[in-house]
Amino acid sequence: MKTILRLMICILFSWITNVNCQSKMVSIKGGTYIPLYGRDSLKVIITDFYMDVYPVTNNEFQKFIEKTPKWKRSKVKSLFADDNYLMSWSSDLELNVNQSPNAPITNVSWFVASDYCDCQGKRLPTVDEWEYVAMANEKLQDARTLKNYNEYILSWYEKPKTFNNEIGSTFKNYWGVYDLHGLVWEWTLDFNSVLVSGESRKDVDNDSNLFCGSAAVGATDLMNYAAFMRYAIRGSVKAKYTMKNLGFRCVKDNNQL
Amino acid sequence: MNFSKYVLFLFVASISLTSCNTKKTSKDQVTYQCPMECEGDKTYEAEGSCPVCKMDLALLKSKPILANTDEISDESIFNLTSKWNTEERDVIELKDLKGKPLVMVMIYTTCKAACPRLVADMRNIEKQIPENNNEDLQYVLISIDPENDTPEVLKAFAIENQMDGNHWTFLQGSMGGVREFANVLAVKYKQISPMDFSHSNIISVFNAGGELVHQQEGLGVDNKETVLEIKNLLQ
Repeated sequence: MKTILRLMICILFSWITNVNCQSKMVSIKGGTYIPLYGRDSLKVIITDFYMDVYPVTNNEFQKFIEKTPKWKRSKVKSLFADDNYLMSWSSDLELNVNQSPNAPITNVSWFVASDYCDCQGKRLPTVDEWEYVAMANEKLQDARTLKNYNEYILSWYEKPKTFNNEIGSTFKNYWGVYDLHGLVWEWTLDFNSVLVSGESRKDVDNDSNLFCGSAAVGATDLMNYAAFMRYAIRGSVKAKYTMKNLGFRCVKDNNQL
Repeated sequence: MNFSKYVLFLFVASISLTSCNTKKTSKDQVTYQCPMECEGDKTYEAEGSCPVCKMDLALLKSKPILANTDEISDESIFNLTSKWNTEERDVIELKDLKGKPLVMVMIYTTCKAACPRLVADMRNIEKQIPENNNEDLQYVLISIDPENDTPEVLKAFAIENQMDGNHWTFLQGSMGGVREFANVLAVKYKQISPMDFSHSNIISVFNAGGELVHQQEGLGVDNKETVLEIKNLLQ
C-alpha cells in the first residue's frame, strides 16, 4: 500500500514538473482577417489555437539540445542547418558568458525549430496565424491601422541587437502574448509559402500579385510597410538558414490540449 | 628532455595514425602512384619507389562510391526520415532511392497551368538521356497536394502521361513531410484554393548519394546544363 502511495506521489510530482516545463500558452480565439496579401480580398479563416506567450529561450533550447544530441552544433547535418547554427554558444551545450538564459534563442534553422515544437507536442505557427496574433497591440485585436502601432514596429527594425534582450521585455498584446514585435523575427511553419523574393519572380507560376514589382499594389494595406518587410524576409530565407535575429515560438491546435 | 618526449609522442602518434589509415583503406582496393607522375597515370598495387625519380609512391585516394556504402553525407537528402507512398502503393523512405542519380520535381496532378509544362520538361530531359541508361537513374515526381494525390491518382496520372516505366516514381507524403522536403529543395508553394497551388518550378538533380548537384529553375528553360549534369553522374 505504501509503495503504491509513494508511486502515486512520484507520478504526481513528475506530472507537475512536466507541466511546469511546458512553456506558458494562451488561447487565441479564431476569426477572419485580410492579411497583407489578400487574394481578391479573400479573408483568411483562423481556427482557435494556443500560442506560446514568449519566444523559446536560450535556456529552454539548451535543455532540448541536452535531450536531443543530433541537434548539437558539432553533430548537426549541414542539410538541416548552415554554418552559423548556434554560432555564439561557447560549446555544444553552453551559452557564452554574454548570453542571457532568458534571451530568445536565435541562430536556429527552420528544421530544428520545427523539431523542437514537435518534441513538445506542438508545431510552428503558420504565417497566417502569426500575423493574426501579431496585428494586435495592447488593447486592440487589430491595430494595423494605428499610426503608432506601425511606427513602433518600424522603430524596432532600426534598433540594433534587440535579440540580446530578455523575453517579456516588450509589450503584452491583446491576447496576452509578448514579444511578437521588438525582440526577434520568428520562424513560421509555412514561411516557404511566401512568394515575394527576387528569385521567385522568375520561377514561380501563378499568383502574380505576389511578385515583387506588383507586390506593393497587391498588398491590401499599402500603409503596412512593416508587415511587408516580414513577408520579404520570409520569402528570402531558406530552411537551413540561421540568423542572429531569427528565433521562434510554438503553437498548439485547440483540439490537442 | 621534455622536448624529446614530445617528439617521441608525436612520432608514435603519427605512426599509429598512419597504420590506422592503411588498415582502413586496405578494405578497398589500394593503389599507389608516383607523386611526380613520372610514368603518367601508371599505378602500383604495392608500396615502393618510382623507378624514374626514385620518390616514394604515394597512396592514391580512390573516390568513394556512395552507392556501395551505407554511409550518407551530411548534405544528403537521405537524412530525411519521412515516409512516402509510391504510385505502386509501396511505402518508402527517400533513402530507399539511394544508389541511382535522381531527377526530382514537385508537382500536383490537378494543376492546369505550370505542371503540364514541368512534366513536359521532365520528359524532355528523359528523352535526351540514352534509353539504355533508364535503369541507371530515377525520375521522381513529388506531389505538393498529398490530400488529393493518392497513389491511385498518381498511378492514373503516370499512365496518362506515359510515365509509367520503372524509372519514373511518384510520391505522396504527409503534409509535414512534403513541407520539409520542399524546404530542402528550396521550393516554395502555397495552396490558393482546394484545387490550386502556386509553386516554384524547380527541377533538381541529385547524385547517387542524395547530394544536390544541380537545380534548374523556370519553365521551358534550356535544359542543356541539366542533361549534362545527369550524363556526368551516369559516367
